[in-house]
Amino acid sequence: MSRPMLLRGGRVIDPSQKLDERLDLLLADGRVARLGRDLEVPEGAELVTVDGLVVAPGLVDLHVHFREPGEEHKETIRSGAQAAVAGGFTSVCAMPNTDPPIDDPAAVSFVRAEGQRAGFAHVYPVGAVSVGQKGEEMTEIGELVAAGAVAVSDDGHPVWNAGLMRRALEYTKAFDIPVFSHSEELGLTGHGVMNEGPVSTVLGLRGIPNAAEDVAVARDCIIAELTGGQLHIQHVSTRGAVEIIGAAKARGVSVSAEVTPHHLALTDEAVRGYRTEAKVKPPLRSTADVTAVRDALLAGVIDCIATDHAPHHYEDKEREFDDAPFGLIGVETALGVCIRELVVSGHLDLSELINRLSCRPAQIARLPAGTLAEGSPADVVVFDPEARWTCRPNEFYSLSRNTPFAGQELVGRVVMTIVDGRSVFARGADH
Amino acid sequence: MTARVTFGKDLTDLEGLSADQIRTILDVAEPFKEISERPIKKVPALRGKTIVNLFYEPSTRTRVSFEFAEKRLSADTVNISGVGSSVQKGESLVDTARNLEAMRIDMVVVRHGSSGAAQFLADRIPSNVINGGDGQHEHPTQGLLDMLTIRDHLGSIEGRRVCIVGDILHSRVARSNIWGLLKLGAEVAVCGPPTLIPPGIEALGVGVLKRVEEAIEWAEVLNVLRLQLERMEAGYIPSLREYNRFFGISVARLEKAPRDILILHPGPMNRGVEIDSHVADGPHSVILQQVTNGVAVRMAVLYLLAGGRPERAEAAKKESRE
Repeated sequence: MSRPMLLRGGRVIDPSQKLDERLDLLLADGRVARLGRDLEVPEGAELVTVDGLVVAPGLVDLHVHFREPGEEHKETIRSGAQAAVAGGFTSVCAMPNTDPPIDDPAAVSFVRAEGQRAGFAHVYPVGAVSVGQKGEEMTEIGELVAAGAVAVSDDGHPVWNAGLMRRALEYTKAFDIPVFSHSEELGLTGHGVMNEGPVSTVLGLRGIPNAAEDVAVARDCIIAELTGGQLHIQHVSTRGAVEIIGAAKARGVSVSAEVTPHHLALTDEAVRGYRTEAKVKPPLRSTADVTAVRDALLAGVIDCIATDHAPHHYEDKEREFDDAPFGLIGVETALGVCIRELVVSGHLDLSELINRLSCRPAQIARLPAGTLAEGSPADVVVFDPEARWTCRPNEFYSLSRNTPFAGQELVGRVVMTIVDGRSVFARGADH
Repeated sequence: MTARVTFGKDLTDLEGLSADQIRTILDVAEPFKEISERPIKKVPALRGKTIVNLFYEPSTRTRVSFEFAEKRLSADTVNISGVGSSVQKGESLVDTARNLEAMRIDMVVVRHGSSGAAQFLADRIPSNVINGGDGQHEHPTQGLLDMLTIRDHLGSIEGRRVCIVGDILHSRVARSNIWGLLKLGAEVAVCGPPTLIPPGIEALGVGVLKRVEEAIEWAEVLNVLRLQLERMEAGYIPSLREYNRFFGISVARLEKAPRDILILHPGPMNRGVEIDSHVADGPHSVILQQVTNGVAVRMAVLYLLAGGRPERAEAAKKESRE
């Protein structure tokens, strides 16, 4: 067990305790030992002065792709978890669309063990809903949960069979885990590669209409209502989906939703010039959609922010737009993008942003995270909320570089990340 | 010519050209037309230049037209087509581009099935890149030759009413026509089955006509697009027969027009589908003249991108007689 650590003089923001004040934080034995004014440095403890910095519960990302097993040239659990802590995330949920997919208990155990071996962020496996993510036969969900899965999802693909979605939402009730849904009606996506609208028309690229998401979100909300299961809608991107989720919540349906930093920040204009780093599913949408998802986040219709960190090798993206894979990386830019887009612009205050990046997602997946209450795990992020920095992908810890924010100025930068009371990331003065 | 009109390194689209640049290309094409009428069809304007025609998609008309244009300007040309080349062996576009560059070429004409492929290449190599058609994006030289043909017959483009008929959604010819014609002041409309009209097309400043009869009533020029068989297989239209019945350009329909209508078609035609033979071969069809103009327009583009000065096009032509 590491030495106790006292973080002195920081602005502690912990929405779980409605705290936003200058306090000292003492971590010992991997837990939050004390939170208070002018704490003494205990014998043998390490003193870290964090004047002018924010001290918050470590960020929680319900949606990452770490590509291991099978595509270790894009990312490994180790590189992904290290990138995560560099971005302030102390807990992440790893999606099961690896090769092979995480659809049996051994695979779940492997992801957990690799995450522990790496020793950066906590890596929580998400198991597949269906065997091989083929959308046919349900996995042994109980076994997956026993092995450490915190949710199930066929992410990367929708659960196209409504009957299977029904069974999954019913069956998971026995294990108190949510079903994470990549809600997409493939019949409407067709061969689309970007948002359908004036930009796709000009570029001559096949479009994906908002309806491809709206129809599937509506279906999933209706099935959640039928079953009483816990549904979590991943990467909401449309104004229609926001309305449908809002209406379902108003009826008391157990549904939560996430939005990505890129869907909060960018429109389909980012695709102009055939920029494959802006090719993502769901696609970057119109200004009206960006406004709607921001408003929905503010109103609580969308519960949390998740990155959908999706690494791809540079040569897979360095090609014709039609042939490039969907996805972009996000764990190292999420905080800087969100502060720039939401806090600087006055949409959310910092406390509410931390709520949506830490407390709320932890609640959705029932993770032991998202709070600095005494006795809770010592997972902490320390960041400078005003630091302006230029996004340079070649400085990333991720093995991949596919970000549409390259070269942009972001606001707010992680200085230190602590997991289980150990400093797992500290930014040098040169960074 | 007053203010000097200049050109960038590449021609990837008409969206990015100014009206002056488009007019200059059409003007420069005029003197080049005559070269193809001579017994010895060659001038030395591009002597010593190396041009690669990189065709990832099958093409007869465009490839041959570019090749004639290049040869009549005395360039050295190499053709690479999809079949039997490294393209078939799975080499990526970026690697092909780098290899061509390593052989020190001057220009590339590229035809590719993916929208944006020409831009992709243009961003990565210092040679001039000319888009010979990229996916469903643009086919700028086709747009230019269509405009040259309209100008030949109607005297000007400004104020003319042009309707593009057919599969607008998948058509690079449609997009290049729309940009070019609008920049030169034409009124543009599109007409076709609603499944083949792209969403948001009105935002570009074009009208949408639901029925081909309305198009014939309204237009002075019809640019009739090729309907590809694959569109039927993909479920955009139920059958070619039905397409011909409701959207085909027939003599019977044209007879109801309030004025003579100029008929263009980028080829290759599906006779009896989007256009009836009597129309294609009839008095209002300028389809073969489009092909002739294609060579002149491509000569103009090659000449201008190679740094040729618009005002010297006539002189460049004469040099061969010395």
